[in-house]
Amino acid sequence: MADVMTRLEPNSRAAARGLSDLSIRNLFIIPTITFLIVFNVFPLIYSLYTGFTDYRASTTAPANWVGLANFRELLSDPFIWRNFTITAKYVVISVTGQVIVGFGLAMLLNRPMALKGLITTLLMLPMMLSPAVVGLFWKLLYDPSFGIINYFLGLGKFEWLADPQMALWAVAMVDIWMWSPFVMLLSLAGLSAVPKHLYEAAEIDRAGPFYTFFRITLPLVAPILMIAIIFRTMEAFKTFDHAYILSSQPTTELIAIRLYKMAFLEWQTGLSSAFAYIVLIVVVAITNIYVKYLNKAKAR
Amino acid sequence: MARIELNGITKSFGAQRALKGLDLVVEDGEFFVLLGRTGAGKTTTLRVIAGLEKPDTGSVSIGNRDVGGWTAAERDVALVLQQYSLYPRLTVRGNLEFPLRSKVRRQSEEEIARRVDRAAKTLQITHLLDRKVERLSGGEMQRVSIGRAIVRQPSVFLMDEPLSALDAKLRESLRVELKKLHAELGATFLFVTHDQVEAMSMGDKIGVLQSGRLVQVGTPSEIYERPLNTFVARSVGSPPMNLIEGRLGAGGAEIGGYSLPVSAAALGARAVTFGVRPENVVLAGGAPAEARVFDIEDQGVIKILAMDMGDTRLHVTVPAGTRVARDEVVRFGWKPERVLTFDPASGVNLALG
Repeated sequence: MADVMTRLEPNSRAAARGLSDLSIRNLFIIPTITFLIVFNVFPLIYSLYTGFTDYRASTTAPANWVGLANFRELLSDPFIWRNFTITAKYVVISVTGQVIVGFGLAMLLNRPMALKGLITTLLMLPMMLSPAVVGLFWKLLYDPSFGIINYFLGLGKFEWLADPQMALWAVAMVDIWMWSPFVMLLSLAGLSAVPKHLYEAAEIDRAGPFYTFFRITLPLVAPILMIAIIFRTMEAFKTFDHAYILSSQPTTELIAIRLYKMAFLEWQTGLSSAFAYIVLIVVVAITNIYVKYLNKAKAR
Repeated sequence: MARIELNGITKSFGAQRALKGLDLVVEDGEFFVLLGRTGAGKTTTLRVIAGLEKPDTGSVSIGNRDVGGWTAAERDVALVLQQYSLYPRLTVRGNLEFPLRSKVRRQSEEEIARRVDRAAKTLQITHLLDRKVERLSGGEMQRVSIGRAIVRQPSVFLMDEPLSALDAKLRESLRVELKKLHAELGATFLFVTHDQVEAMSMGDKIGVLQSGRLVQVGTPSEIYERPLNTFVARSVGSPPMNLIEGRLGAGGAEIGGYSLPVSAAALGARAVTFGVRPENVVLAGGAPAEARVFDIEDQGVIKILAMDMGDTRLHVTVPAGTRVARDEVVRFGWKPERVLTFDPASGVNLALG
């Protein structure tokens, strides 16, 4: 201890209080590590174990080791594959929509204008709401008999959320509404970091607006836009709340919803643990692909 | 033909008036240097000519045509900025090609390659062509940025302190290269700087800008030898011209209790500010005035002395071989024909005003 004390800055406040660097480090690290182990690491490992058993949390029957049977069952189940297809379609629709809307809004906002701060704040409101609440009031907006969407579009009693074709689009639409501001926010940060003199140089060099956009704006914003896409893809992949509230169509049964049903309505704890692991692997794989692209974009 | 003419340009940014009725003529093919301190309006002048800023009043003409309503792209000027403004994520070649690939002035592939190669050769950056611009040094970046200006073969080059971010050695060599480039291209150059050495060494003509107005235009030697007022006098030369408050009397100049000869005695007895450049002050045993050496800066070829004559600090350059010590009291005089007289109140050169 004395040894540690002598290595401290003589006039540091920590030294005055009698705390060494080591004890300060412990003070911050131990609670975090404990928390992570109890709530993240242990469940992760434990669910990996249950994934190889026929455990059901609803019974007192002991768990039996079944080996790879759960994984085999899941991967050969055409309904599970259907859930994956639906989710993939949903992710593509909603992330694409968010990038287009969010980046477009950012382009519109990236100029001197009156009330810019206020407008930006208002545009960001959707992502501050609870997804469950968002689901509930979009259900009202989509309502076939008194919903305002049908009223404005003049669609009569069109059933957005019950129509097998449109339901997934309707759910994705809500996600786009809610999370475009997130993409907008990151894009805005990226856009405002593009040095103004580059645009002036391009103007002098007689570059047209499209040329300028694709040669200057987009390459410079690409890395941060990529981060937004990574975040949104991961989040969209695990969408549950508003989708569950909005629609109970088989065509809108995302992975997370299927997983929820399997685990907490059917109480197939072992099977659902295995399912969760499959989902985890898929998400990690997708993220890795993106990160690779991101690093490439940064290295250029 | 690319004569640049500005007439009565004013430009304000909010409450701040950057240009106050600026008149400026740059003849075709001239290397014109606009010299001024930070905030004098140099950059604004360039941006007005380039079409990046619209003047509040006044007219801009390039090649005897009013370009007031033209956009930057239509004016056919090239602008080199202090921050290089290279397009990131592109190679040097990509940057040089950029202005040639715009829709407005589409060139054939052979023509693009030919021009890029020639510009690269001129600026000695051929070996860098395939490198990404992020991997270049400051000097290389500035070369590329100049290269991007010359591939277009514009008739007007505007340069906004292109050398000020570079280190001293590089600045010197690029200065020479820019002059050479000007001679080869024969285009009109308007070069903005706050560095008087750059202005003196590069300009065919220098315009001294003070808070939004052009104070004096002339060749470097005119500006140096015959400054219109004390502001111009102190803008060029290093160390700057000594300004000494005194009186013009029958016997010559009276300063700090000493009497020195002047050739401008015809003005009659009155209070004046004498201006004398450091190299025109002479240390000699029997000289009329006396001062105490405060500091000695040995620059190898010359020594720069700071001396105090009463409350007045004077700068003097002497040959490096001169033996002088700090706190030594020395006698000095000046070259009477090189002494300028200014009005103490307005600062105007009495011989010219």
